[in-house]
Amino acid sequence: MKKVAIVSTGITKFDKTEKPLDSLMLSSVKHLFENTINLEQKDVDVVLTSTNANKNYFANIISELSGIKPKISHSVESLCNSGTNALISAYAYISSGLAETALVVGGEKTDNPGLVLNWDLSRGEFKHPIFWATMFTGAHMRKYGTTLEDLAYVSVKNHKNALDNPYAYFEKAFSMDDVMHSKNLTENIRLLDCSMPCDGSAAILLCSEENAMKYTDTPIWITGIGQKTISAGFTKNNSLSSMESTKIAVKDAYSMSDKTAKDVDVIELHDAFSVCEIIELEDMGFCLKGKGAELVRDLYETGDKKVNPRGGLIGTGHPLGATGIAQAVEICNQLRGEAKKRQVAGAQTGLVHNMSAGSTSSTVLVLES
Amino acid sequence: MNRFEEELKNNNFICSECPKCKHLVWPPSDFCNKCLGDVVWRPVSKKAILVEVSKKDEKQFCIGEFENSIRVFGILEGRTNIIPGQSITLKHCRYENTPIFEFQTD
Repeated sequence: MKKVAIVSTGITKFDKTEKPLDSLMLSSVKHLFENTINLEQKDVDVVLTSTNANKNYFANIISELSGIKPKISHSVESLCNSGTNALISAYAYISSGLAETALVVGGEKTDNPGLVLNWDLSRGEFKHPIFWATMFTGAHMRKYGTTLEDLAYVSVKNHKNALDNPYAYFEKAFSMDDVMHSKNLTENIRLLDCSMPCDGSAAILLCSEENAMKYTDTPIWITGIGQKTISAGFTKNNSLSSMESTKIAVKDAYSMSDKTAKDVDVIELHDAFSVCEIIELEDMGFCLKGKGAELVRDLYETGDKKVNPRGGLIGTGHPLGATGIAQAVEICNQLRGEAKKRQVAGAQTGLVHNMSAGSTSSTVLVLES
Repeated sequence: MNRFEEELKNNNFICSECPKCKHLVWPPSDFCNKCLGDVVWRPVSKKAILVEVSKKDEKQFCIGEFENSIRVFGILEGRTNIIPGQSITLKHCRYENTPIFEFQTD
């Protein structure tokens, strides 16, 4: 298999706008082209789009509007981890030799249909994501003594990190008191424990090792990939205090890259709700099981930006099809030393964790400079 | 409308079962998700075990597990001091564009 590099990125401000989806996605493609030396439309032989928007022939439409005539173009949809799944598809085309250069562009509008989990008979009338989140939260609290205050630290930390991210939806800090007293959605989920659906787009250019230096002096290598689907229905999660698909995906990604949690300098993980960050830190080996809340509190108190430096989904916003790509954009910025105020000093190895529908599927990428 | 939905409309919770694998197929399907063989339909026990519980606007809802296999979300009426592992009963079910389950604490 050929080595595959990320050679350039583009992103838009996460916001709520009147802009149509195609224009939003073209904005991040434009940003990517502006960021890339020597890149011409004719160089791109794969275009993959990531969105939940139910748009027919959408990758072809984006290709046409971008002036690209690719060999391969199609959409990838897997709810919230559509973006990283599209990156893996692009990786596969390049590593197999079917293509040399792939553009992956994700985008979403606030009102996209991926926000209500209609297909899952197990959820009955409880289709909104807060209902799976409250079950994870209750189970983790019961088993490990996690408190509402522990959960609030995730939100306060990630909103604080987002203040240094010019592309983040939120531009405001929230105190512990703000989070603790934000509107109760369930007995253990408050409004500020939730990521915010919004408009946004992000794009990444992947390239084979042979051509990478044509476009950048600082390629970022995809060295580990793990992807696991356990089901479509939420109630197939055997444990509600851990995420089975995440544990399997991260194990595979560590194995492929020959890394462990100890080697990872910076992480963007899928904090759709506060409890997710705590469980994912535990399940990916960054602390012992039951110690995730303690780790988050320590990160907050020391100002350590190692986890979700761009603000995660809670601080940055969650445009589903763009999220996984935006997470990877941040890790690339970190590994290139270009994350400005968010920079984790000396970061050389980064991890992206992106999951869907109450961790019924997860994707993990290990990236290295 | 498929058979599962039709029966649910009449307050009957049924599911497909593979006679070969002796396995309840959830979500219900015309084929077994282990051997892809044909299934038969049968009623699901009304007794369930509480997996997890929460509240929204003081209304209790939960995940209940039937026959060590099928887990569904539903409204939970009755005691509020119930904990996972305790038994609950399916009081009513119906179909209104989606399955709706109502449990009662034992």
